[in-house]
Amino acid sequence: MDLRFTPEEIAFRQEVRDFIRENLPADIHAKMKLGHGPSKEDTVRWQRILNAKGWAALSWGKEWGGPGWTAIQKMIFLEENQMAPAPELSSFNITMIGPVLLQFGTEEQKKRFLPRAANIDDWWCQGFSEPGAGSDLASLKTAAKLEGDHYVVNGQKIWTSTAHHADWCFLLVRTNPNARKRQEGISFLLVDMKTPGITVRPIISIDGSHHLNEVFFDDVKVPVDMRVHEENKGWDVAKFLLGNERTGIARLGKSRERVNASIDQSRNVNMNGRPLIEDGAFRQRVAQMQVDMKALEITQYRVVSAHDKAGGGRPDPLSSVLKVKGTELLQATTELAIDVAGPMATPIWAEELAAMNAPDDMMEAGSASTGSYLFLRAASIYGGTNEIQKNILTKAVLGL
Amino acid sequence: MDFQPSDDQRLLIESIGRMLADNYSFAQRKTYLAEPLGFSAAMWSKFAEMGLLGLPFAEEYGGYGGGAQEVMLAMQEFGRVLVLEPFLATVILCGTAIQTAGTDAQKKALLPAIAEGSLKMAFAHTERQARYDLTDVVTSAKQSGGGWVLDGSKTVVQHGEAADKLIVSARTSGDRYDEDGITLFIVDTNAAGVARRGYATRDETRAADISLSNAPGTVLGEVGKGLAIIEKIVEAGIAATAAETVGAMEAMNEMTLEYSKTRVQFGQPIGTYQVVQHRMSDMFMTQETGRSMAMLATMSMDNDDPVERRHDFALAKVGVNQAGRYVSQSAVQMHGGIGMTEEYAVGHYFRRCMVIERLFGDSAYYLQRLANEIS
Repeated sequence: MDLRFTPEEIAFRQEVRDFIRENLPADIHAKMKLGHGPSKEDTVRWQRILNAKGWAALSWGKEWGGPGWTAIQKMIFLEENQMAPAPELSSFNITMIGPVLLQFGTEEQKKRFLPRAANIDDWWCQGFSEPGAGSDLASLKTAAKLEGDHYVVNGQKIWTSTAHHADWCFLLVRTNPNARKRQEGISFLLVDMKTPGITVRPIISIDGSHHLNEVFFDDVKVPVDMRVHEENKGWDVAKFLLGNERTGIARLGKSRERVNASIDQSRNVNMNGRPLIEDGAFRQRVAQMQVDMKALEITQYRVVSAHDKAGGGRPDPLSSVLKVKGTELLQATTELAIDVAGPMATPIWAEELAAMNAPDDMMEAGSASTGSYLFLRAASIYGGTNEIQKNILTKAVLGL
Repeated sequence: MDFQPSDDQRLLIESIGRMLADNYSFAQRKTYLAEPLGFSAAMWSKFAEMGLLGLPFAEEYGGYGGGAQEVMLAMQEFGRVLVLEPFLATVILCGTAIQTAGTDAQKKALLPAIAEGSLKMAFAHTERQARYDLTDVVTSAKQSGGGWVLDGSKTVVQHGEAADKLIVSARTSGDRYDEDGITLFIVDTNAAGVARRGYATRDETRAADISLSNAPGTVLGEVGKGLAIIEKIVEAGIAATAAETVGAMEAMNEMTLEYSKTRVQFGQPIGTYQVVQHRMSDMFMTQETGRSMAMLATMSMDNDDPVERRHDFALAKVGVNQAGRYVSQSAVQMHGGIGMTEEYAVGHYFRRCMVIERLFGDSAYYLQRLANEIS
């Protein structure tokens, strides 16, 4: 047992921190410090800088442009990148389709898609959920029928994040409606979003943002060589994808960055005539978050280090702990931020206000904090709701 | 970073686990409770034979040469069965004091005696008015005839009744709350001027109030510089009881799971109900984040950065206290009526966790410290 970071890991953290400080474009940094999310262009710009450095394709192996880091190093990088704050790598590209192609893809698929995914030359989206298949993914109905050298896809996906930005979509479809078990009739396809018959309709979230979409497939032709893995074995691919890289899901760096931002803001606002930062209740609340963040941090490193030791393999059921505790914490940090912002949390910082006012960091940050607060209600819903995570723990850990 | 125990550590865990499996069933434990001092003299000898009573001492003092990690692993095992013997008081608290501050002669005289099981000790620091403030020491010591004599009283001294010797904090200069001027003394419990009144505590161990009246003591460490040693003792105590809490949480979660499989209500085992499953998942998650915090305390033992060490111990203590409280309250709740009974084990774990929360400072105390540090 060695419960501390090695000197090499400490030096690595410094190297990452320095690189981000020196290379993160100032406009992106300023915007994110105020609490705004990155735009598509921000994410692309930053990921290309990282990719040029060899720091984008985190777990892909060196031959595909990965940095060859240990899992601990990856974790350190993710934390530092979130704490900067900088745009996060596209998870669809880096932790989903990349590892899937490395594991199941043909040589041709790898060569065609991997370098472009690392550099976000293609923006990927995930076509999994359907109106009738949310947490119960295997009940999906979107159908693909083989006709000669291509599939014809018909059906509907929903909650498709960033489909309106996407060049490509990885899609779960039903290829055998008569399979004995419903998991056995599913295939995994790669679909060019420009293919005729695809319609993307926005779903506006409660924060007012356009992140989610409905995607309709109407006789969409997908060449058969765009299938990953065998026909009707798509569930294996989906399980691999969902079990992969669960450790990053806690987004601890983001929580830390948000708490620090709230502490900074608390110097500028008053409570009973004194700066809020001097308020005992506020300080206690932050202290409790520090406790919870530390507990999550160490739990996260335990999972990652065990994963490293085991040389990968099955997802650790402890990663469900990271999901639940990480998202609860992240949500709590957004609550802290809107409580610090007070009345400044209520306006919507859109063109109206931006045009009316001189730059107003306090109102803009307040408004952005409410955006996160609203948007991140989804954190305990996506990636398997927190209730589903408890079901997973019940089965995997309690054996019930 | 590497969280896996080494081969030697694994052997240590297994041998302690085996010994406790043979000797520390809940029924056997009851017979130990019935002994005069509330624990088993035979078990104390067994611990000595196994080398556990010298676990963190250097080999030259008859010890096993273990460190904070070995203590953590042993304490987890002890927590799983609610060991009653004064291991914490003697080996961890007083052992830490002697190792940190003792002269070579003191170490030679005391540590081997502890390791072989012939010397039991207790740490007499807390005073009635002090609550958790380490500097609130009113008991005083003055020089007299070439030695020192102490006056004052100490309260809730864990295993004070069983101890052959005490380590007592006393003021040698300055006023109440002063950081300087506190000195540690080794006091023989048989000496003239030492009176003890023993009583049971909620966790079924025994504690004592100690009054000192012109009682002779010998200095441990530097005169007036006792606070730094006391802080070390407290840190060792936090780390050890954190690990003990982890063991207790494991045991409670196992009991609860087992009970959920056998207890039938409305025609099916209660473990088939999702509301029960989710509560048990929460208990498991809390056990694991609590374990992480116990590891934080253990790794902080050798942290040379005093600011970070203080901060991390506060984080760890709050985290473990809260985890222990949640798991033990939930365990009783999931057991229903039977969990309320003295006859059933779970309530005993509950009470030990409740006592541990109050050793060395509670959650509110350390949250306040953390809150004060925010800048």
